[in-house]
Amino acid sequence: MDNENNILEVRNLQVNFKTYAGDVKAIRNVSFDLRKGETLAIVGESGSGKSVTTRTIMGLNASNADIASGSIMYKDQDLLKKSEKEMEGIRGQDIAEIFQDPMTSLDPTMKIGRQIAEPLMVHKGMKKDKAWAQALEMMKLVGITDAESRINDYPHQFSGGMRQRIVIAIALINYPEILIADEPTTALDVTIQAQILNLMKELQDKISTSIIFITHDLGVVAGMADRVAVMYAGKIVEYGTVDEIFYNPKHPYTWGLLSSMPTLDSSGDELPSIPGTPPDLLDPPTGDAFAARNAYALKIDTEQEPPFFKVSDTHYAATWLLHPDAPKVTPPAQIVERQEKYAKMQQALAQAKQTTGPVEEEEEQQ
Amino acid sequence: MAKYLAKRIFYLILTLFIVITVTFFLMKLLPGTPLTNQAKLSQSQIALIYKQYGLDKPEWQQYLLYLAGAVKGDFGTSFQFSDQPVSYLLSSRIGPSLQIGLQAMVVGVVLGILVGAIGAMRQNTWVDTTTTVVSILGISIPSFVLAVLLQYYLGLKAQLFPIAEWGGFIYTVLPTLALGATPLAESARFVRTEMVDVLSSDYIELAKAKGLSRMGVIYHHALRNSLIPLITIVGPLAVNIMTGSMVVENIFSIPGIGEQFVKSVLTNDYPTIMGLTIIYSFMLCVVLLFTDILYGIVDPRIRLTGKAN
Repeated sequence: MDNENNILEVRNLQVNFKTYAGDVKAIRNVSFDLRKGETLAIVGESGSGKSVTTRTIMGLNASNADIASGSIMYKDQDLLKKSEKEMEGIRGQDIAEIFQDPMTSLDPTMKIGRQIAEPLMVHKGMKKDKAWAQALEMMKLVGITDAESRINDYPHQFSGGMRQRIVIAIALINYPEILIADEPTTALDVTIQAQILNLMKELQDKISTSIIFITHDLGVVAGMADRVAVMYAGKIVEYGTVDEIFYNPKHPYTWGLLSSMPTLDSSGDELPSIPGTPPDLLDPPTGDAFAARNAYALKIDTEQEPPFFKVSDTHYAATWLLHPDAPKVTPPAQIVERQEKYAKMQQALAQAKQTTGPVEEEEEQQ
Repeated sequence: MAKYLAKRIFYLILTLFIVITVTFFLMKLLPGTPLTNQAKLSQSQIALIYKQYGLDKPEWQQYLLYLAGAVKGDFGTSFQFSDQPVSYLLSSRIGPSLQIGLQAMVVGVVLGILVGAIGAMRQNTWVDTTTTVVSILGISIPSFVLAVLLQYYLGLKAQLFPIAEWGGFIYTVLPTLALGATPLAESARFVRTEMVDVLSSDYIELAKAKGLSRMGVIYHHALRNSLIPLITIVGPLAVNIMTGSMVVENIFSIPGIGEQFVKSVLTNDYPTIMGLTIIYSFMLCVVLLFTDILYGIVDPRIRLTGKAN
């Protein structure tokens, strides 16, 4: 592991899908870290490769997936080199996953008690009684009322929100080190979404797990994540802390995403959108894949892929606009507003530091 | 549950009544008479015989008399087998039909589920293709062709099983195989299609994410969910087979009721036709009732007496 604070390190991951038309390059050289106890949000539109990334971590890719290169280090071991049998031992034990649609992700013909208890029986070899007792505890923990009687119910007897709580209970019953949440609130009502997100945060503290949170909904990210990685066309184009991505975005794609998110401040009749469609990953364009949809594209964007430019120690973006020789561009008005807010915040923070005196600063340096 | 059963039994009786009524009048429309040598008989002799069997009365009277008898459990006496009560005739012959039918169903459906599941697990490989071809053959080859082939290869050539006749269990092997091909092929087809669907569903993905092994996923999650549509076809298929395939019974010289059914229709043996029809309908109704109850056992979403939410 490069850093001892990391629980998971993905390096240079490339995943292709073999189809009759050719190889679809779904993941093109993706690297990221997951720190212990943090929530990392991976944001991007449909087909950007978010789910394929997590599926590759779980070892649950479709049979036509070909992992061309890369490594996924977990506890000093490369998950990509593990056998299917070894991965079975890791799934549901060390790494668990919550899926998008709670209406379809539970077995309709099995009592939910059994479904929640199953990971215990599989990984810990627990007998039914003991496993069910723990399942009951977990049901209470995720906020299912009247758990004693409901443990014998079937999925169709629960509402969508309750079912997602059950799915969360299944994922967390073995206290996994990593929880992958693949759009866990997309299929739920907005009011229920908030409940589920709060529950996840609460449980993250209780059982100290690291979360990879996949979503296309930036609104959800703001309240949930510590760090954000923005994915486009099988690549990460920008990553940083949640404040950096929301208030000081550097990549035009991130600008587009943020501008197309309605906020309380947004005015005007029309909600901006990103024109065009994502590129065909059967034959990805040379240079920056976003260039064709990018109003700020430079000539070099169509010729050469931008490397990551450093914005701060935690913030990197892959756009030629950050190159010292690049012309100065003004981002969309909404983004400028955000950046101004951020600058003020930073200023205020700096001032606050100064007024509290040098003692604290010294402590920090130590 | 008791209330539901009572309702279903009421419907069963109603159905039987309708079946009896319709069959009775349809049967009377059949050409010919029950008399085998009508040409040689004089008018008065025919009248005498008709009177003896109650055939001289108007049809509506005959119908009412038959109903009255049926309620009391008297299904008349056969014309063809002189003076044997229909109930005795059928009860002495239904045994072999039921035994072979049941064996064929159990062997066919169990193997069919296995074949279908293997096909689905190895989707789009040569294994899948082979199982598909087997089920297509099973559906398209008539059981009497299969019966003859089995007799020739396993009976005559290999001398493994007796070719025909009715004795101990060993005599039932070949007819069971011949009759079992259809349920095997049908259930393999249904299970394969459904399981391919089920295997791509989210809850299977979740089961894998829990760390279950491949076989664990199949056994605990995929199988049960793949069996639901199978129940629909197994019921009627079972009745068809248990009531005896007449041709197969003929080929193996099995004293079953399938053979008798054909004869009774050909000879206008009214009481036997009626008796057999009632048995067929009764069995179908009972099997359908079982099917509906079985649905609930396999799939909690359609449980008959589910707790209200």
